[in-house]
Amino acid sequence: MGLLSKKDAKLITDPLADNNPITIQVLGICSALAITAELKASLVMGIAVLFVLGIGNVVISLMRNIIPSKIRIIVQLIVVASLVIIVDQVLKAYAYELSKTLSVFVGLIITNCIIMGRFEAFALGNGPWKAFLDGIGNALGYAVILLVVGFFRELLGSGTLFGIPVLGDPIEKTGLYSIGYENNGFMLMPPMALIIVGLIIWVQRSRNTSLIEH
Amino acid sequence: MSTNTDTNKYTILFAIGMVVIVGSLLAFTASSLKPNIQENERMEKQQNILYAMGINENGATDIKFIGTDKVAGEFSKYISKQLIINIDGSSEENLEAYLIDVKKEQAKAKNGGTRLLPLFVGEKEGESFYIVPIRGKGLWDAIWGYVSLDENMVVQGAFFDHAAETPGLGANIKQRYFMDDFVGEQLLTASGDFKGITVAKGNNDPKNLTKDDYEVDALAGATITGDGVSAMIKSDLKLYLPYFKNLKTQLN
Repeated sequence: MGLLSKKDAKLITDPLADNNPITIQVLGICSALAITAELKASLVMGIAVLFVLGIGNVVISLMRNIIPSKIRIIVQLIVVASLVIIVDQVLKAYAYELSKTLSVFVGLIITNCIIMGRFEAFALGNGPWKAFLDGIGNALGYAVILLVVGFFRELLGSGTLFGIPVLGDPIEKTGLYSIGYENNGFMLMPPMALIIVGLIIWVQRSRNTSLIEH
Repeated sequence: MSTNTDTNKYTILFAIGMVVIVGSLLAFTASSLKPNIQENERMEKQQNILYAMGINENGATDIKFIGTDKVAGEFSKYISKQLIINIDGSSEENLEAYLIDVKKEQAKAKNGGTRLLPLFVGEKEGESFYIVPIRGKGLWDAIWGYVSLDENMVVQGAFFDHAAETPGLGANIKQRYFMDDFVGEQLLTASGDFKGITVAKGNNDPKNLTKDDYEVDALAGATITGDGVSAMIKSDLKLYLPYFKNLKTQLN
């Protein structure tokens, strides 16, 4: 017997592919465009969302029977905003360097519609354990796409991965650059993230035609 | 037993309860962590000032400040004077000049008040460094930095930071390759007028070998942040010109 029942495991694996929050539900596009110009930022954002969505989903799930339905969206927003702000303050006090790295992402996490979407669609109707798994699954699904987009944007746009030059030095003209290769500055622009996400959607749907809506 | 959560009364009570709980939680966190956060910010300022004059633990391409455990000692060792500059170029010493909030001073100047201009004099290996804080606007939020100059207003080191520039684009002003480009650039024309340094897209000098063109190479995809850097260098460093003119007459 595994750690998770089959049904529970599906909560994690589904959002990774056939029910991916970005490519299938088309949520969280805003932050996917904003911070995927380099792989490191994608990774940081992925981990941050993993924390917030995992914990936030549990909190909302525990509160699901007492939240008045008329103001549930506001309540969700307050929960996620306070969570993020408290974490940010604690980091500022005890891990200042880390908080400097994350500061840019705070606003993007609060307004990430994947988080609100999972609160609304899942946590309000399910128990804490399931909600936790769903949060982790969706955050991983989000992170996977971010990393793929970040990989291509940083590689083709700057010729680096995690800031390490992998194609040679564009100024000294070594490696690939010595045979006339140039970085594509367009890859650093947000619209290219949208085009890459589009390509991922295309690949995914041509491999699994049942995903195509009619 | 279950309460009806759809009544107006319940909704209003819930909202009030939530606001009180969340509000006090946030207030409690903020006030209990405030001393730690302020201490971190104070040390960061010292680290940044020291960084600009070349006191850091940098490797080949990374940025590493003096450790927080020894920053206070190094700061008092290397920074020989902390000054507040007046508009006419005269100055007075103030041991807490580094705590002056440049943002507040800029706001004062905007409202017609007098702005306090902090300047730090560092001594390293017999050379003097004049370190000036600058602050301006990037694309999304504030950007700021410290520039260390020699008595001719030639840049000896620069440190930039930002509140919320786009990672991978504008946020790269905090990268070594951008900051190091400023070293050796001049701010004054041959006749002694203030010219500033422009973050320029088309200066055709990616390695920044030409040091007398008043330009450094811009970052791809970060035009507005780059313009912000040019603007804060021009507007803030210019205010120190009288001090440097006085300094030169004194030295000669």
